[in-house]
Amino acid sequence: MALTDATEALLDHPIVRVVACGSVDDGKSTLIGRLLAETDSVPDDILEYARSTRRSGSTIPKGEVDFSMLTDGLEAEHAQGITIDVAYRHLYLPSGRRAIIADAPGHEQYTRNMAVAASTADIAILLVDASRGIRAQTHRHLTVCALMGVRTVIIAINKMDAVDFKHVAFEDFAGQIRSAAARFDLDEVSVIPVSALTGDNVIEPSEAMRWYHGPTVLQALTTWRPAAAADLRTVPFRFPVQYVVRADNFRGYAGTVVAGEVRPGDKVVVNAGSISTTVERVITMGGDLDVARVDQAVVLTLETETDVTRGDLLVAPAEGMGVDQFPRPATAFAADLVWTGEEELRHGRSYLLVSGSLEVPAVVTAIRGRRDVVSGEEMAARTFKMNDIGHVEIATDTPVPLDPYELCRDTGGFLLVERVSRDTVAAGLVRHALRRAHNVVPHAFTVDRNARAVLKNQRPRVLWLTGLPGAGKSTIADALEAALLGLGMHTYVLDGDGVRTGLNKDLGFTPEDRAENVRRVAETAKLMMDAGLVVIVSLVSPFRGDRRAAKGLFSQDEFLEVYVDTPADVVVRRDPKGLYAKAKAGTLPNMTGVGQGYEPPENPDVTVTGAGDIDAAVDRLLAALEVER
Amino acid sequence: MTSAAAETVVAPDAVLDALEAEAIHIFREAAGAFRRPVMLYSIGKDSSVLLHLARKAFAPGKVPFPLLHVDTTWKFREMIEFRDRTARELGLDLVVYTNQEGVDEGVSPFTHGTHEHTRIMKTVALRQALDRGGYDAAFGGARRDEERSRAKERVFSLREPGHRWEPRKQRPEFWRTANTSLAEGQTMRVFPMSNWTELDIWRYIQRESIDVVPLYFAKPRPVVERGGQLIMVDDDRFPLREGEQPQARSVRFRTLGCYPLTAAVESEADTLDDLLAEMLVDRRSERAGRLIDGEGGGSMESKKAEGYF
Repeated sequence: MALTDATEALLDHPIVRVVACGSVDDGKSTLIGRLLAETDSVPDDILEYARSTRRSGSTIPKGEVDFSMLTDGLEAEHAQGITIDVAYRHLYLPSGRRAIIADAPGHEQYTRNMAVAASTADIAILLVDASRGIRAQTHRHLTVCALMGVRTVIIAINKMDAVDFKHVAFEDFAGQIRSAAARFDLDEVSVIPVSALTGDNVIEPSEAMRWYHGPTVLQALTTWRPAAAADLRTVPFRFPVQYVVRADNFRGYAGTVVAGEVRPGDKVVVNAGSISTTVERVITMGGDLDVARVDQAVVLTLETETDVTRGDLLVAPAEGMGVDQFPRPATAFAADLVWTGEEELRHGRSYLLVSGSLEVPAVVTAIRGRRDVVSGEEMAARTFKMNDIGHVEIATDTPVPLDPYELCRDTGGFLLVERVSRDTVAAGLVRHALRRAHNVVPHAFTVDRNARAVLKNQRPRVLWLTGLPGAGKSTIADALEAALLGLGMHTYVLDGDGVRTGLNKDLGFTPEDRAENVRRVAETAKLMMDAGLVVIVSLVSPFRGDRRAAKGLFSQDEFLEVYVDTPADVVVRRDPKGLYAKAKAGTLPNMTGVGQGYEPPENPDVTVTGAGDIDAAVDRLLAALEVER
Repeated sequence: MTSAAAETVVAPDAVLDALEAEAIHIFREAAGAFRRPVMLYSIGKDSSVLLHLARKAFAPGKVPFPLLHVDTTWKFREMIEFRDRTARELGLDLVVYTNQEGVDEGVSPFTHGTHEHTRIMKTVALRQALDRGGYDAAFGGARRDEERSRAKERVFSLREPGHRWEPRKQRPEFWRTANTSLAEGQTMRVFPMSNWTELDIWRYIQRESIDVVPLYFAKPRPVVERGGQLIMVDDDRFPLREGEQPQARSVRFRTLGCYPLTAAVESEADTLDDLLAEMLVDRRSERAGRLIDGEGGGSMESKKAEGYF
């Protein structure tokens, strides 16, 4: 017997993931609670708890089930009566399918949590309160769901009991919400009139709303299937390697198929680069497979010995593939970011980009704009703070084969991780690789750094002097350069104040601007070092993360971090530029050591003091450079 | 309902396959990312499934990390026998740790009370064991359906120095991509079976013929009734009250822990089929049999904040 399409969809998607959005006063907890209870998805003692326990202000009589109590979690939330974090719950659907509902908070300050819940969802259930109408948050929820790649949206017009189950009231809303949803690239939008409180159209069709002929919420979940365009089975094979399995005479690559399928004998390309090979076996502990499909976790062996490791991507060859279906490795991408960090985005700061098992340093090179999640418009922005969504350009240290997010979430989505706190500060969605990244190939010039250095008979290096304003960096830099010049060496001093009158005169002293200041100085120092010079940088550079990013541009023995460690009281007393006096008077809000903190180096290559004998400091630095007076 | 919705067309196997693949993915990700992972092995059914999944994740290679059992010295005797046999038969690297100071002080559930015993012999012991082993990540068998506060638990759950769990410091989890990097002093708990339910566990045990401790199956066992709960008298350390006499009743356990703290249920289910049938009728949540959780709705949450697994 031939299977119907609906049956096939169920077999291929035994688990559907659902994001439920709406705020607590829209009745979301009640809707989810009722779905759980009436599909027999909660244990009896939890049901009993929901019969006997009441939150303050609850109007549901004891003895009846308060469905909203079934989904309550953390103690803090009990106290405040709100949902702060994403909760995951399991629903046994009558078809045998499982639904995992990610219950996401509705308020604006929790946009990031909603984005988390939507990131894995196939379906969004979006609640609208029939007695209140479409609000800003309805637009926000649609924007976030669409951005995160949710393509089926069930809009539940809730509290129909409060408008006497009237058809007119519903039609009014349904029209408005359909036009709001039309802005987004969604495959399916269904609008269902429900009352979570009375149960109408949640599980069974409503008696009170016979004018409605569509599915109930449960039916919509049960019969869902992906639209062809969103079906990962039709995307060419992609397999991020997570782990290299080794045993006696065995080397296999473990991972999960995130798109397409793979069979023994299939050709695959490593990191979409120039190395191609053939799949030999598709292995599981239960035995070899003829084919592995999307979401299957397997081990692959390859016919030729190739250097494949964790973080690499195996893909089907480009031949016969649409031009947009092959992930060309690039170092620059246009991407959307959902900012999740407590700390704001620092333009120019180096973060870790994590996508699956891939990890590579990356820098946000341009902020193109912030998305107004209500109007959908893009506005000018200089930084992002928590819960902002915006459009950026991002550059990676090495070429990486990322996909457009809309093609594949697993290989088109990435995290940005702050390098010191290790917090996840953003979720990124690749829009497309930037063309210029393919086109800018460094030319291999005949005369290289080595040749220039040999001619000058010196080892080019960068000495990076960091310390409080007034610590004596410039004085030491000056004395050091004079000493080096006296030894016949070729040098240059990049001084903080100097660059700020020219190269960096567009930058201020906010943490973002300081990060960019450091980045430009570091890049300039690198060019000068390439030219064969010994470069002395004299820059407050107060943040560890920024200095680490600067150091990251150089190889280990090219860069010396020098901490000019002068006690704060000496510096304030000395105050050669009158800065501390101004800061004290309140006219310099971002003054390091006063308004902003200075993060001393944890492991400087050299520490000198600016409080004592300058000659002694210069001697230490000459020793570090391995030159003798 | 439409006809497609009314019929059961998704075989339970398809759901189990999907859950299994997800768990394997999580195991591989953590094993690849962390320097020194360890698997918490508590001998119960969840641990048996977790171990099976770990073996699947790295086959044909070996499980690339040790197993750690925190022994409170009050576990059922059958659990310890099962643990040692499993480790031997599968050639596992098993580390057993007991808080010796607790033993020296004579800590027991009878003398120190449930909460203190659990804190010293389990929570503190676990912290000590993880610190001594220098482990930066620990796999656990926790599931989101176990208890209400678990519904918000991450798959990769960050612990601050001292193994503290801070709800507000938890990292957002997007897609299948995990931020596995750690700042100084942080460690990670990893829960590959987050999305499994208790029913899934048993169905999977049945499908994969996974060996579990016999205590899960009904058999006449010596029990006493206290506060409406049946407690098994597993050895002579059990202080019987005046006039109390252990009776042989046909009982089984839904979860396993320290025997004085784990209530039995009366049952005749002595095979997996009977057990699954019983489960479908009796829908009490499994933690109802754990005496430690009964101290206020959010007590799991407060224990977790102290570093309980």
